[in-house]
Amino acid sequence: MLFHPVIIALLLSSLTSTAMVGASVPFAVRLLRRWDLASGSEAQLLLERRTYLVSTLVQLVLLAQLASLVLFVFNADRMASLFTGAMCAVGTLEADRFGFPALYANIALFFLAAAWLTLDHVDNRGWDYPLIRVKYAALLTLAPVLALASLAELAYFLGLRADVITSCCSTLFSGGGITVAGNSLAALPHGLALVLLCLTLLAVFALGLRFLVGGRGGTAYGAASAAAFPVALAAVVSTLSVYVYELPNHHCPFCLLKAEYGHVGYALYIPLFAATACGIGAGIAQRCADRASLAEAAQRTARCLAGWSLAGFAAFAIVAVCLVARSHLILFGPSAWRPLAEFVVGGGR
Amino acid sequence: MAGLERQRQLLDFALSSLARRPMKNLASLTVYTAVVFLLSSVMLMSHAIRREAAALLAGAPELVVQRLVAGRHDLIPTDRLATIRAVRGVAAAGGRLWGYLFDPAVAANYTFLVPPDRSIAAGTAIIGSSVAAVRGVGPGDVMSFRGYDGRPVAFTVTSTIAAESALVAADLFLVSEGDFRRLFGIPADRFTDIVVTIRNPREVRTVAEKIDAALPDARIILRDEMRRTYESVFDWREGMVLVLLVGAILAFAIFSWEKASGLSADERREIGILKAVGWETADVIGVKMLEGLVMSLTAFLAGYGLAFLHVFHFGARLFEPVLKGWSVLYPEFPLAPSVDEIQMASLFFFTVFPYTLATIVPIWRAAVVDPDMVMR
Repeated sequence: MLFHPVIIALLLSSLTSTAMVGASVPFAVRLLRRWDLASGSEAQLLLERRTYLVSTLVQLVLLAQLASLVLFVFNADRMASLFTGAMCAVGTLEADRFGFPALYANIALFFLAAAWLTLDHVDNRGWDYPLIRVKYAALLTLAPVLALASLAELAYFLGLRADVITSCCSTLFSGGGITVAGNSLAALPHGLALVLLCLTLLAVFALGLRFLVGGRGGTAYGAASAAAFPVALAAVVSTLSVYVYELPNHHCPFCLLKAEYGHVGYALYIPLFAATACGIGAGIAQRCADRASLAEAAQRTARCLAGWSLAGFAAFAIVAVCLVARSHLILFGPSAWRPLAEFVVGGGR
Repeated sequence: MAGLERQRQLLDFALSSLARRPMKNLASLTVYTAVVFLLSSVMLMSHAIRREAAALLAGAPELVVQRLVAGRHDLIPTDRLATIRAVRGVAAAGGRLWGYLFDPAVAANYTFLVPPDRSIAAGTAIIGSSVAAVRGVGPGDVMSFRGYDGRPVAFTVTSTIAAESALVAADLFLVSEGDFRRLFGIPADRFTDIVVTIRNPREVRTVAEKIDAALPDARIILRDEMRRTYESVFDWREGMVLVLLVGAILAFAIFSWEKASGLSADERREIGILKAVGWETADVIGVKMLEGLVMSLTAFLAGYGLAFLHVFHFGARLFEPVLKGWSVLYPEFPLAPSVDEIQMASLFFFTVFPYTLATIVPIWRAAVVDPDMVMR
């Protein structure tokens, strides 16, 4: 399977990225130990000059990683036709035990990379390298995750065999069969999932508007965005997917990406991922506003990111509402509301 | 809006900077375009062939049952048809008669086939376009072959098959059942293999298992398996060519590094002046990256466009034998133009990513020059 063109491209990107970030680690350690802006020594000047190279390299590598997550999922979906028993990306990822770990590691890397890029962007707005230590300490945290993600990806692609009979999504997301994280998400009651999603999105919008209007609560907005991500994913697996497929037992979050469902998955996931990344970035930028040289720039960046994040969550919410509205499946009939109606009519007796 | 205006101005500056050194940039652009052209030709062609194969297999039977004797394909007795038809879920089953015949006159293999509707009259044949061309025969001509027992079997050509279906019919001979059996010495109670149509496509695998249980000496080939094998074969071929071209990508990265490193005195002075008038190192890196982006996009679009023309209008002459396969009577078929977004994305990783990485260090070296040193 290693000679599949997209696999070669993904491995080329992830292994080169790991090598580049790995090569930057010794510099990051040196910088953390020796950085002294007040010093005019040659070593300090060299460090200052090198930061431009390392920052640019890491920027490029992380941007490539953001793009490769999309390519990874898209390719997993496309390769389903090569495996017996696979109907969508789930089958491809299940074909080897490193498939799902590689996906989870890539998702974690996506958000860490977005957070680092925000730090870098804000740092470049200040004249005195205000976040240089934070940025390189963060790089030391990010490097092992990148290495792990690349290794998981390599192990996954090396382990892929076309003669393996893999599991279809219906055995993974139906509440029975094999157990993965998606199983417990699929078992979440529809009503609870939707109520949780509505409450979380309302909290996100309230905190976001409060931050945009009053300039306060940026960090809380970042935390709310991060919390909204798993809630939204749980709602997609448990309820929104059911509305799209119009089948009460089909919960696959990957079949949504397929052409037969109009690629609606992209309309859900791209705004959700972008909104979460921007929201976390807004929180990080707001936290940086306490540095003197960043007071104004960090606030501006945080507001801008919060605006994009709110737009992303709004787009996700609109798509979700449209999917429920146009579906022919009725999950909540009049009988579902009867207990509530009786409670109101009966005066709460 | 101020940010957008700033980017526009930087782009303006990057474009004028590129235009100031036309020869150097043209050389880089030519090599870059050639690399994109090579890679995208391979990708476009293999994608088009995969599509062609998928379209072809869409019309193939869901199941083919062959008899194996000592691990080799053998003729299947006609009474097996009744066994297969008795399996619940089978809509129809029919025996096929087909085989290959080597023609020493042109050193090529022909495919002989009896059409399922048995509509060909005895002593006549309908032939594929390549056979007609290579043997110089047409309707009304007589072609004769040596039968299994040494006696000649003659066919009068009634018509040729249109060139549009050359992919499947280039080397084809459609003959009657009696002539086919006489030519190859196949007894009346034998078929080459049996094709099965299934009522419910979701039950193909279950029906296959039932047939396998009823006929232990049979090999059952599923359409899905054929499709999967074709996809894997073409993926593998494409991947092999791409791996071979990794050397070219590496050479290209080194070339880009060298080109970007070789700063003229003029360029160094220009950067020095920019820094002296207040540009930051990050600004210089930004404008140089923008120059790289302009080069990348131009080379990507030009290379991809040229590859599109090469594959879909000039028959992909460079890679045809590697990706299509070869044979004396190979069908000449035009590939249907199609662009695949996932291929474009991976092509981007194969070309733009290495180029940008290779030019970062030289760009940084240029950007950190001391203005005082270069202007002195």
